[in-house]
Amino acid sequence: MATQTSARGASGSGPSSSWYWRNQRRLAPYLFISPFFILFIVFGLYPILYSFWLSFYKGFGFEEKTFFGLGNYAYLLGDERYIKSVRNTTQYALGSLFILSPLALLLALAINSRYVKWKGLYKTAFFFPVITSAVVITIIFSRVLDKQYGILNLGLDYLKPGAGFGPFGWLEDPQIVMISFIVMGIWTYTGINMLYWLAGLTGISKDFYEAAEVDGANKVQSFRFITLPLLRPVTLFVAIQAIVGSYGLFAQPLLLTEGGPSDASLTVTLYLYQQGFVYFNVGYASAIAYSMVLLLLVLSIINIVVFQGYNTD
Amino acid sequence: MSTQVEMGQRVGATENETPSQPFSPLGILVNAVLLLLVVLTALPFLFMAFSAFKPNSEIFGEPITLFPRDWTILNMQDLLATVPFARWFINTVIVAVLGTILTVTLSSLAGFAFAKYDFWGKNVLFTLMLVTILIPFQVLLVPQFQIIRTLGWFNTYQALIVPGAVSAFGIFLMRQYTISLPNELLDAARVDGASEFTIWWRVIFPLVRPGLAVLAILSFTNNWNDFFWPLIVTTEPSMFVINLGIASLVGPYDYQYGILLSGALLASLPVIIVFLFFQRQFLEGLTAGAVKGGG
Repeated sequence: MATQTSARGASGSGPSSSWYWRNQRRLAPYLFISPFFILFIVFGLYPILYSFWLSFYKGFGFEEKTFFGLGNYAYLLGDERYIKSVRNTTQYALGSLFILSPLALLLALAINSRYVKWKGLYKTAFFFPVITSAVVITIIFSRVLDKQYGILNLGLDYLKPGAGFGPFGWLEDPQIVMISFIVMGIWTYTGINMLYWLAGLTGISKDFYEAAEVDGANKVQSFRFITLPLLRPVTLFVAIQAIVGSYGLFAQPLLLTEGGPSDASLTVTLYLYQQGFVYFNVGYASAIAYSMVLLLLVLSIINIVVFQGYNTD
Repeated sequence: MSTQVEMGQRVGATENETPSQPFSPLGILVNAVLLLLVVLTALPFLFMAFSAFKPNSEIFGEPITLFPRDWTILNMQDLLATVPFARWFINTVIVAVLGTILTVTLSSLAGFAFAKYDFWGKNVLFTLMLVTILIPFQVLLVPQFQIIRTLGWFNTYQALIVPGAVSAFGIFLMRQYTISLPNELLDAARVDGASEFTIWWRVIFPLVRPGLAVLAILSFTNNWNDFFWPLIVTTEPSMFVINLGIASLVGPYDYQYGILLSGALLASLPVIIVFLFFQRQFLEGLTAGAVKGGG
């Protein structure tokens, strides 16, 4: 702070003594943030508020709107398609939370162990899918999951020809279509989640394990009482990322199944897109968006309570 | 603090005394499982890359092959001949490059202001910005669509570039990189008569280059891979970006799957090349949230 004051005196005796030059030290930060904040207000802040306002209005398109109070929200609660979309997306989120994330942790533990030498190679290989776009992933998996020509069904048939199972309608059977999306999600996002866990694991000091070893703790006990508790902040991050990311699932069901069969793979974001940009039911689409804000907020708070609430240190 | 460092070094030394054991029985098992998973991860991708060079009869025929029996570039030729693929590619380059430049410039300038100046309203503005990171993007779509409509920006580059360049994460990241630079550098430049803008451009900008690289690579990849926003603001095929373009082929071109795969391969290549050259920045950028947010 002291150096800043002395510098202000120095800049006052600068080469020019125009009004701007004399005041530029005070004005500069505002000038530096203004390009961003002007765009931020137009494309970030205003949309957030306008969307909230819009969710209380009824109307197709943007011209005619009538105040509807909580009508949109009330309608949501009885909208079978909406409820179905929330159920489908929640299924996907549960898959991310309880299958994908633990799998990524296992991978991270394996790569972090002393049994693995070429850590960089594995990191790169598992990370790779996450830089692939959702559209490209869709195109690849349309061929893998096809009922008639799909590699997965042909492969299963090849393993056990005529065994009485299959061909599975990975994208056509309402019972298993969300499972197919969970599998695609695992293929895409396990690598990046593994890196999150690795970042957490490498942050744990070796001292803890040495001390535990001295006290006679075995590997399982070390994991249970040192690794897991110290990973809690990263666990929170991974869980929230998985939830927020899962409720954004959109391109894959749009292109592979259009939410079908009979809405079995309709996701919340896909339903919002249909309401907002196919039917231009903008008030209702905004209500869907804000129902997601509420849902994600509640889930995030639950996570924070679960992973940080019983912090005893 | 210093004792901690010493402890860390000592522990690091003892760790070196117990070498890695990739060839113990358990080590072989772990590596075998990991290698199997690497193959499973790579397989769908390799299938796409190689099948792009197969004739359709081979793609849909049995037995399934990974490597093409008959290499052909017919799919690529058909792709370029039947759809404006070259145009989509150029559109995407324009959007991704200009979008990245805009993001990096805005974030670096504002990040500098938040890191190195005290000004009225600073904390309120910064908090406001961070709070909006928590709002899911779905909330923004309908109003942003209306703004683009009001501005008459449908089917324009600015519609594809500008809204996406407003990245609160970018400012947060650049603030982190700028805040660690010593204030003496700025003061020395001021004594030499540099204006505040000159300080940003001549002193700060070169010094935060590692951070800029991280942000630039993330921004480029996000722009290149984006599908949802272009789907909303472009309807003219001549203004499609590459991922929207190839998505528009899903359905009508399902039976010319080779064309689809060629498009998918060409759409992925630039990002793969960027990834191979800037792996470190990629990993740093994508785990920045986990470390900074979690720690």
